[in-house]
Amino acid sequence: MIKINNISKSYKATQALKEISLEIQKGELHGLIGPDGAGKTTLMRILMTLLLPDSGNAQMGGLDVVKEYRKIRRKTGYMPGRFSLYQDLSVEENLRFFASVFGTTLEENYDLIREIYHQIEPFKKRRAGDLSGGMKQKLALSCALIHRPQILILDEPTTGVDAVSRQEFWEMLKKLQEKEITILVSTPYMDEANLCDRVALIQNGQLLEVDSPSNITSRFPGKIIKVRSDNMHRLIADLRRFKKAESAFAFGQYVHFTGTDNKVEPSELEIYLAGCNHENIEAEYIEPDIEDVFMKLMSTDKEKVVGEGERQEKE
Amino acid sequence: MEKIIEVNDMVKQFGSFIANDHLTFDVYKGEIFGFLGANGAGKTTAIRILCGLSAPTSGDVKVAGFDIYRETEKVKKNIGYMSQKFSLYEDLTVSENIRFYGGIYGIPKKERKKKETELLQKLEMEEARDKLIVGLPLGWKQKLAFSVAILHQPKIVFLDEPTGGVDPITRRRFWDLIYEASADGITVFVTTHYMDEAEYCNRVSIMDEGKIEALDTPAALKQTYNSANMDEVFIQIARKPEAKKQ
Repeated sequence: MIKINNISKSYKATQALKEISLEIQKGELHGLIGPDGAGKTTLMRILMTLLLPDSGNAQMGGLDVVKEYRKIRRKTGYMPGRFSLYQDLSVEENLRFFASVFGTTLEENYDLIREIYHQIEPFKKRRAGDLSGGMKQKLALSCALIHRPQILILDEPTTGVDAVSRQEFWEMLKKLQEKEITILVSTPYMDEANLCDRVALIQNGQLLEVDSPSNITSRFPGKIIKVRSDNMHRLIADLRRFKKAESAFAFGQYVHFTGTDNKVEPSELEIYLAGCNHENIEAEYIEPDIEDVFMKLMSTDKEKVVGEGERQEKE
Repeated sequence: MEKIIEVNDMVKQFGSFIANDHLTFDVYKGEIFGFLGANGAGKTTAIRILCGLSAPTSGDVKVAGFDIYRETEKVKKNIGYMSQKFSLYEDLTVSENIRFYGGIYGIPKKERKKKETELLQKLEMEEARDKLIVGLPLGWKQKLAFSVAILHQPKIVFLDEPTGGVDPITRRRFWDLIYEASADGITVFVTTHYMDEAEYCNRVSIMDEGKIEALDTPAALKQTYNSANMDEVFIQIARKPEAKKQ
């Protein structure tokens, strides 16, 4: 449904996308996961025909993003990162406006947005600018869906949104997927990866991995030991000083530890930490999650990151 | 233990809307205090009051030992503030930013130079002294932004979503800095939407609809709400029908 072929894009000296290729199947819920500045928005804007690539090509539903941009706009829905509705129009006016722009009506496609719109309908006379964050998000999604698009592109819909609203939003996406809408959604929250069929991990304009979350984590090369004790700060420092330590990073109430080889046993860490006067020590092997993988892939890429920052400064 | 923040029955009303509904809590010296809540729960309003930018409608509030109504300027001098959205001036150099913030926070001119040299040494950024912020890697920017926010050795630093959108390694390195500051006796008051970060706090408060619904250590909260992690605790407290919130 979405085909991206060797797309590159630069802004002056900054290369935002470096020969990106990616295919997304019909009906797929596909995540684009990476931190700020990774290139997520640039890629989405190219797909939405709002930005021209420097090289490479892409098709949306078989249509070329450069030559057939008009047709694409009728078939796709887009929710940009910034709230982009008319703040001084009411909820209902916004919806009717977007429907009329696409030559349709609210009534005609009501069944598609019903479940989402239902939650904000009691406030349909309220100005969009006066809605809470979670409601704005629901209205924006309703507006992006009003012309019954085949493809939906959502740029960081959950950024800055609290954990509860984030969860509700993903439940809505799952329901849209059942209606055979292909969805590409970007997020900086790694834990949201597991809610997608497949994800592309992106950093510095390059895709690090593309696969299902379970396939990605199963390829993690090392073993991870989760460790805790009563003093988190000292625990991280002590683990990093351990002679066979590769990395030690906080993950919620635990520290995820990887050794320089796969022979470090949890019991070995327990003994070492007891020697450092830690109390209530726990250490056991666990399966890696997407964030572990991302950090591993990032650290291999690390020197390049710093190098780039310096190149830009010399301008 | 020394109290750095004392909030007693604080109310903030905008017209008929009660943004902060009788808040009462203390924050102690050197503590890492997580200030959580759903969007619109009233966190920003409370932080603005604690930073001396807005007066409460009623209640007693002391920050760094100063009364928020009568000693607002002293409060401002004894706190630091940093957010992801606003921290350093991108088109000034590293050195200019340090001097600028040193001036803003009232560090005497003579000391500023010395502080700048010490800070650059500590951060190993001496060679980047005359480089513009805009070209620096994100990790450096964050380190520097945090360091200038505590350059004047405030009793407390407010961090408003300091790690939003930041990559997972940089995000964790940032928490290393928070731990360091706390070990030096600086109180850290932090908001975040990453629930794993709530686990790193000494104590956490969770706001909902203008009230503090829960306040305790992460371990105790997990026990009270019978949850495996802070994400579950948060969702139990903050998940209510949208309609009710209006």
